[in-house]
This record gives sequence, structure tokens and C-alpha cells, in this order.
Amino acid sequence: MLSLRVNGGAYTADPEVSRSLADTLRDELGLTGTKVACGEGHCGACTVLLDGVPTLSCITLAHTVGEREVTTIEGLRDHPLVAAFVRADAVQCGFCTPGQIVSASALVAANPRPSSDEIRHGMSGNLCRCGTYPRIEEAISTWHD
Amino acid sequence: MARLIRTEKEVEGRYSEQWILVEEDALDQWPAGPLETVGRPATRLSGPERARGEARYIADLRLPGLLQAAVLRNPHARARVSRLDLAPALAAPGVRAVIGPDDAPCLTLEPEYEGAAVAAVAADTAEQARAAMELIEVEWEPLEPLLDPDEAVARGSLTTDPRRTERGDVERGLAEADVVIEAEYRTESVLHNALETHQAVCEWTGETLTVHISTQWIWGVRAEVAQALGLPQDRVRVVCEYMGGGFGAKGDAGEYTFVAAELARRSGRPVRCALTRREENVNSGNRNATIQRLRIGARSDGTLTLMTGEYVCSLGWSGWLPSTAGPMQMLYACDNVSTVEYGAKLNTPPMAAFRAPGFVEGTFGLECLLDELAARLDLDPLELRRRNHADSDPADGRPFSGKNLAECYRRAEAHWERRQEVQARSQGPWRHGVGLASQVWYGAGGPPSYAWIRVGSDGNATVVTAMQDIGSGTKTAMAQIAAEELGLPLERISVELGDSARGPYATISGGSSTVPSVGPAVRAAAADAARQIVEIAAQRYDREERVLSLKGGHVISADGGSWPLEEVTGLLDEGQILGKGARGPNPTGMRTLTYGVQVAEVAVDTETGEIRVDRIAAIHDVGRVINPLGARSQVEGGVIQGIGHTLSEQRLLDPSTGTVLTRTLDAYRLPTIADVPEIVTDLIDVPDTHLTNLGAKGLGEPPIIPTAAAIANAIRDATGADVRSLPITREEMLRALREARRREQVGAQAG
Repeated sequence: MLSLRVNGGAYTADPEVSRSLADTLRDELGLTGTKVACGEGHCGACTVLLDGVPTLSCITLAHTVGEREVTTIEGLRDHPLVAAFVRADAVQCGFCTPGQIVSASALVAANPRPSSDEIRHGMSGNLCRCGTYPRIEEAISTWHD
Repeated sequence: MARLIRTEKEVEGRYSEQWILVEEDALDQWPAGPLETVGRPATRLSGPERARGEARYIADLRLPGLLQAAVLRNPHARARVSRLDLAPALAAPGVRAVIGPDDAPCLTLEPEYEGAAVAAVAADTAEQARAAMELIEVEWEPLEPLLDPDEAVARGSLTTDPRRTERGDVERGLAEADVVIEAEYRTESVLHNALETHQAVCEWTGETLTVHISTQWIWGVRAEVAQALGLPQDRVRVVCEYMGGGFGAKGDAGEYTFVAAELARRSGRPVRCALTRREENVNSGNRNATIQRLRIGARSDGTLTLMTGEYVCSLGWSGWLPSTAGPMQMLYACDNVSTVEYGAKLNTPPMAAFRAPGFVEGTFGLECLLDELAARLDLDPLELRRRNHADSDPADGRPFSGKNLAECYRRAEAHWERRQEVQARSQGPWRHGVGLASQVWYGAGGPPSYAWIRVGSDGNATVVTAMQDIGSGTKTAMAQIAAEELGLPLERISVELGDSARGPYATISGGSSTVPSVGPAVRAAAADAARQIVEIAAQRYDREERVLSLKGGHVISADGGSWPLEEVTGLLDEGQILGKGARGPNPTGMRTLTYGVQVAEVAVDTETGEIRVDRIAAIHDVGRVINPLGARSQVEGGVIQGIGHTLSEQRLLDPSTGTVLTRTLDAYRLPTIADVPEIVTDLIDVPDTHLTNLGAKGLGEPPIIPTAAAIANAIRDATGADVRSLPITREEMLRALREARRREQVGAQAG
């Protein structure tokens, strides 16, 4: 059995050696807020935090997580970024949004008032096909309001 | 009273003559400008659950016993299956059902394009399904594919007869022209790549099939599945509460739905069939490539005397022929226009509608050509467009039901006037310039669409309509419309959508038609409920109905009386007020279109061919704007997708095999947040007084249409180079620069 620390809780799961963290979270722990859009580490939709570091959970094997604390969108539901994304209309279809918010939470944790360039750099690994990018930038610029 | 009329119906520029049942639309339009709720920014109703990861997309459904499917697909451009043995897959761990070409019409032994489905497996887990699928013993016999669109036209390999349109006399136009320009433009195939891939979960309950699907049109899927499986339509229930984008490619059931339905029937379990990202990039539809051979002639004052266009559209093995000639036929007043469009049938994956299909490609060619003409005539490009403004439909003289393109041009001036200032930023190899392009598109919507409204004794209202919210925020717009009519604050309105068994018919989320089609039905339903509330209040408070109205959550009397709505509806106890509404007809004898202008500012490194877009101003006329916040997001999203296919996106085929090279999201380059310029959105926001009880048109597609041409024209302004193909890769940019230099040298020698 594998022990995982997720969003402040302790979980056990029994994933195969080849199973990704994303699939383990979604299928074994029922945490479906983490989305898988490409499954090969190109789009950022599956981003979670491992000890606060943004990580692509679709290309991270569950068995490599070890003692690190996993934070998913379910653990960030009360983060002010959620309201900021809604307020700025940074949500269209919403499929990339959980991953965007997880990435943004790490960005503002390290740098509470990021500049436009810092936002663009920090968020460039999270694709949004609807094109909410200007709204995402606004949400991250105003999250503390 | 319901009337049966024979009328023209338009979806994405596809017209058909058909019987349509329309109901009276007796409501007067609201006054222009922001009202209590309509016309004011509203955050989207489904925003919190989407942002919090609570919204359930298809992959998030956890039906008991759910199986996962994998599909065996043709890896060649064209092949024949010479041997197929499914038995090893059936014996693999976790496998519950396997189907082949004998079991479902969507599976084939003679795949005519890459990715065509041959067999499918359902197993307890996705990994087991994929592992079993790889055990299927199959021998492919690759066949010579047809890949060249011009060759297809020459050989008569077409999906449909060539479409020709003619008005006036091109020879006369040539005689009247002082200048004639010919040019060939090309656009590449691009991929939708919605972040939720195409997928469905199918589940049988007795003889009823429930299809949970990421779709833009639950009713279209219902009709298609019912027909294919020989079921009564009410035995097919189609559900789509949330979807992760579509952009035109999710209008049909798709082979994945039929695979899931058949595997579910055989296994007695619900089955999910989802495309992987790599399958999505091969086989889920694409914006077809085009070759556009265009000619334009004008008098020296800029008056257009002729336009001709030959359009070769690489549709793939099947699909429909989008109106690539539409912009040439519709955008300008010109007496002599001749177009022909060919739909080349090739051994490549079939096209699918992609946000303003045809018009995106055709506008690139036409609007670049117009700027080439302006340069030749030494006329201001904005002025050239003004001089050729179409005051009525250039094809048949029909009046427009509402056209504010001239106002778009007026508002574009402020951005256009930045030209000298922008050009002056040029330094060293970096040249700066400004370009603009106009746009025309449909967006009137039409009947039928229906809505119900339920007002409970607590005075809260629920809109019920079986439409989908593709992600554009239409759910919020419907709530705003209902709130306005019922005089309720927005937070007292809920919207239930996305279930064909639990709501009335609503239009496709495509063709910029949802708001203009369903919106008026929602308003009519709310008005029906409001009328009943007034009737009840009149009896309870002993007033005449005509002195009562609904406002701010109250029933208001002209004599100063005011009662909270919940006091009136509270009389009902468990009773409910039910309103129903239908979309009325479009104005007869008129043409309803949407318009816009975009002004782009770019910088080009003339040594490396690097292109940077600095700013785009998007000015659009879509009638009344329901939600300025959501509308701005639609405009920005369209512009950003436009920048994608202008500069970085293209589906690449291996020229030797005809198979897709760009299968992943690192090979297929979508715009990132770092690629986004400053975007200025300006919506005219004037109701179309002839169109429905709202005066609102669709907005989803117009903003993507002129972006490519505006950027290309800005590149010409910056460098003098005529870029003629999309995407404008560095290779194309450098080619155009070399050609411009050569032209300059020849000109200098001649001078």
C-alpha cells in the first residue's frame, strides 16, 4: 500500500507501479478536480503542488511522491485566487482552470505581487484554449484585493 | 399562435430551406443601453464550480461498473486491413467486450484516412483496454493516398459539386478597372484542441440509451444516435452539463459515441470512450487548409469593379464545404463578383467546423488583397474600405436588419491614427507597423428554441432549457435575461441546462447562435411567468393588472404600493408559476449579419523573420450586448486563437506518408499567456431593432475572423512585404521580405 499526504489528510492507495499521480488522485482518491488534458506533460491542466512546488501530476508516478505533501485544487478551494479568477472572468470552459489556479497559488506564495512579466513567465506552462490569458493575468494581479 | 412557415435556415453559413414552426414574438425590445441586469457585467454562474474543480466533465463521471474503451485506428493515410483477429484482445485481463467492423458501422476494414477506427475494446481500466487493443492481430496493406488538393480537383475527387456564384459581369468589371491585382493565398489546416478531448459515456437502461457527452449540440447527437441505432428519439437521452471547449468540432456524435454505445450494449455496463490527446490531434476534425486564387480590380478612386476567387478547400475524406468565398460575396459593394469553391476529397482526416469556418480563411485572403490594392492605388486602407461599404446585401439588394460597420470604422480611426507613432518605433532590424481588416459573419440565430421558467413560492426562478454552455457563458446570459424580465436580482435566478430528457429543444452552441436563438425564448418564458405573477398580485391586492409591474424583487403598483415578490408567490405554498417561451421568426426580407474591424500593431525582425504582435484593437457590432464582461472574454479568446493560427499553429502532414506529424501539444503550438498582446475590446452595443425581442446577435465567431489579415497587413505596413500564407512562419516572413527587396530593386532599376 502507498501512503499519500494530500490537502492535509492521510490517504492510502494501491496504485500499480506505472500509475501516475494524476490517475491515482482522480481514480483512487476521488479527487477529480485535477484534470488530465494531454497526459504527457505539455499543457499544465494536471498541475498539483508537491511541498509547494508546481508539478505535472500526469507525468509523475504516484510511487515517487514519498513524504511530500500533495496540494490539489480541492485543497485550494478557499484560496482568494478562486474568487479572483471568477471576478476577473478568467474561467471560460473551465477545464484548465484548476491547474491554472494551482500554478498561480505557487506563484503568489513566492511573490505576492508579481509583475506582468513575472505572471507571464510563471504561468506560461498552463495552456488555455479558450484564451482567458488576459483575465488570468488580471486575476493574479488583483488576487489580494 | 404557432405558425408553420417555409423559410431559410442558416447555421455556420449553411443555408437550407425548411419548414419551421414559429411562435409569436409579441414583446417590444427593451430600450438600448445597460438595464438593471442585461447590459451590465455579470460574473459567470458556473464560474465558482469550474474554478474549484467541482464541475463534472465527462471523465469525472463515476458511474457504477464503468468500463473504459480503447480504439484500434489506422496508422496509415490509406490502407486495407488484410487480416484482423480480435480473439487475443478478448482473452486479455479485464476485457469485457471487443468489437470489430462486423459489429458497428463506424468500424471499417478499408480505412481511407489516418485514425479511422477499425476495432475497439472495453475493459475495467483504461490501461487494460489499451493493452488489450495492442494484442489485436492486424495486418495493414498500405495503399497510395491522394494528398494534393489541386490534383484532387483535377481528378474530380470532390466531396460535393463545385459551388459557383456569379453576379454582374466580370468582363465589364475588368474593362472598368484602372488596376487589377491577382494573388494566391494559402492557409494551413489547424486543430481545435479543446482541452477536454472528444468523449462520451454510454449507458443502457433497458431499451433507453443515455449518452453523457462533451457536445455542442445535445439534440443533434440525440437525432444522430437515434437514427443510427434505429431507436425512437425519446429513447436516447443526451446529457452535457459541463464541457471543456469545442470550437466547432463537437457538433456530431462522433465514432467514439457509437463505439461506447455498442460496447455498453454488449457488456451490459456503462462505457466511456475518450480520445487521447494524440488521437484528438489526428482524428477529431480540423479547420481545412485552403488555396485561394484571387483577383480584384478597382477604379483609381478605389471603387471596386470586380472580384473573382477560386477556392480549393482540402476537406479530407468527408465533411462539408464551408463558405470560403462568403467574405468576397458579402463584405463589399461590388457589382461584378464570380467565385468557385472546390471541396477536395483527400485521404486525410475529415474537417470539422472551426469557429467561423470558411470566413476565417476567406477573410485572410480578401482583406490582404484589399490592402495590396490600397498600396497599389496609394489609398488609405481604411478609406478604401469605407468607399466600398455595402449599404444593402450586395448579392440580392436585401436591406440589412442592423448594420453598424461604419461606426466600427469610425471607432477604428483612433487606433489607426497611431500608425505614424508606431512606425516611428522602428529601430535597426525591428520594423513596426499597423494594419487593419474588416469582418462580416452571420450570427442572427433563428427558430426553433424553447425555454421554460419555474417560479417557486420563495420568489426564486429557474430557467430550464436543454441547451449547452460550451464555455462561452451563455448560461449566465440566460439568467440575466430572465432576471431583467422578472425584475429579480441575478442571484435569485438558476439555470438548468444540458439534458435532452429534462428540458425543451434548444439550438446548437455553434454558428454564434445560442444567445440570439435561446435568449429571446428565455425572455418570452420570463414574460409569461411575469404576466401570471401580475395576475395573481392584481387579485390579491385588488389592483388593475395594468398598474402593476415587477422590479427589484417586488411587485410595484403605479399608486405607490410595493410587495416583495416572495409575499405574492408565498401565497402559492407548494404551487409554482410556470412560464414557457419560444424563439420567434427572423425578420422577413432582411439580411442579419455581424460586423467588425480589428487594428493590429506588430513588430518584425527583418533579419530573423521573428514577428511580435504588440496590440490588437477589436471593434465589433453584434447588436445588443447582454453581458459586457463575458463578451469581452469572447472577443479576447477569439483574437488569441486568431493569433495562434496566424503565427504558430499548423497541422503538419508528413509529405511522404500523409500521416500527421503534430500529434502532441509541444509539436502543435498553441498560444501561451506569454504570446498575448494588449487587446482592446470595443463593442458597439446597439440593439438590432428588427431582430427578436432582444436585438442581440451572436458573438462567438466574429472576433477570430479578421485577426490574421489585420496582422498580415500590419506586417506589410512595417516591412513592405506581402505575406500570403498562414501561419506566417519565419520562413514565409523571410520569403516575403526577399520578394519585397527584389521588387524594390527592380523598381529602382526601372526608375
